[in-house]
Amino acid sequence: MLQVSIYRYNPETDVEPYMQDVQVDTGGKDMMVLDVMELIKAEDDTVVYRRSCREGVCGSDGVNMNGTNGLACVTPLSKAVRKNKLVLRPLPGLPVIRDLVVDMSLFYAQYEKVQPYLQNNTPAPAIERLQTPEEREKLDGLYECILCACCSTACPSFWWNPDRFIGPAGLLQAYRFLADTRDTATDERLGRLDDPFSVFRCHGIQSCVNVCPKGLNPTRAIGHIRNMLLSRAT
Amino acid sequence: MVTSVTSLGRSGLYDWFVQRASALILLAYFLFLGWTLVAGVDYASWKALFSQTWMRVFSLLALVSLCAHAWVGLWTVFTDYLTERMLGSAGGIVRLLAEAISALVIFTYLVWGIQILWGL
Repeated sequence: MLQVSIYRYNPETDVEPYMQDVQVDTGGKDMMVLDVMELIKAEDDTVVYRRSCREGVCGSDGVNMNGTNGLACVTPLSKAVRKNKLVLRPLPGLPVIRDLVVDMSLFYAQYEKVQPYLQNNTPAPAIERLQTPEEREKLDGLYECILCACCSTACPSFWWNPDRFIGPAGLLQAYRFLADTRDTATDERLGRLDDPFSVFRCHGIQSCVNVCPKGLNPTRAIGHIRNMLLSRAT
Repeated sequence: MVTSVTSLGRSGLYDWFVQRASALILLAYFLFLGWTLVAGVDYASWKALFSQTWMRVFSLLALVSLCAHAWVGLWTVFTDYLTERMLGSAGGIVRLLAEAISALVIFTYLVWGIQILWGL
């Protein structure tokens, strides 16, 4: 029997959050953490969490498993469980709505700040704006982000300043459009980032890289942004 | 754009650059001091070293770098931990107070340092 400790909080009935211990029969199978959560919910349907695609594409089920953020649907028990114990908590640093569900408003507000859409005011060509394969390659490792918030909520700088530091997820997308040869708003984008908080609260500890379920590297993207700011100012 | 009137240069890039440049100057200065000490030094040679203008300029450069480095670092720590988010409504006052005390201490050390360097 797997020992699971799960974070419970219902603002309508609970004064404060508490950890609930449950035992789950996994049948000795190396299932995904989400499967364990489904088994728990089958026994107690008051347990609340987000999930949708259950295959690491939608980014809904970001949770903290034994202290590490990740997507429950693609994290096998063999990777998450320590000493037959699994502690499930909501993503840290964001307000909890109920149980494992967090309020992502701050996260989305930071994402919105980087204007995550292509900006180009030059007349559109007859067919499409073409890129060479080399130009397109620059977007690899950037466009794959599914906005699960595992990275930003693993970042201490984001915990302390979620309203002022854009965070790894937002900055990865900021660089995705800075690196896009079809985007012409590079200077305006960089101008909005050159303050002591938006980019420069990143101290390069790479917690974001450590937890990203898609294997992306926000720290490297932030380094590229810093280099662009530096060459723009020198 | 999140501006702050208390940061050193108002620009994140400027503060970041000052932090790196001052770190390099401090590294060079303390490596030089360490090398001098390891090579063997007595009171007379130490006094002779510091009576030369280039050494005083180098020391003042290191002192100014230390002050700038300290301000950028402390300001970052204060704006991380001494905030309304962490301390409630008193956060802003506590942070301003901590910044004021730090600024006063750093300024005092700077003036005192100049006095020591040119008073030798």
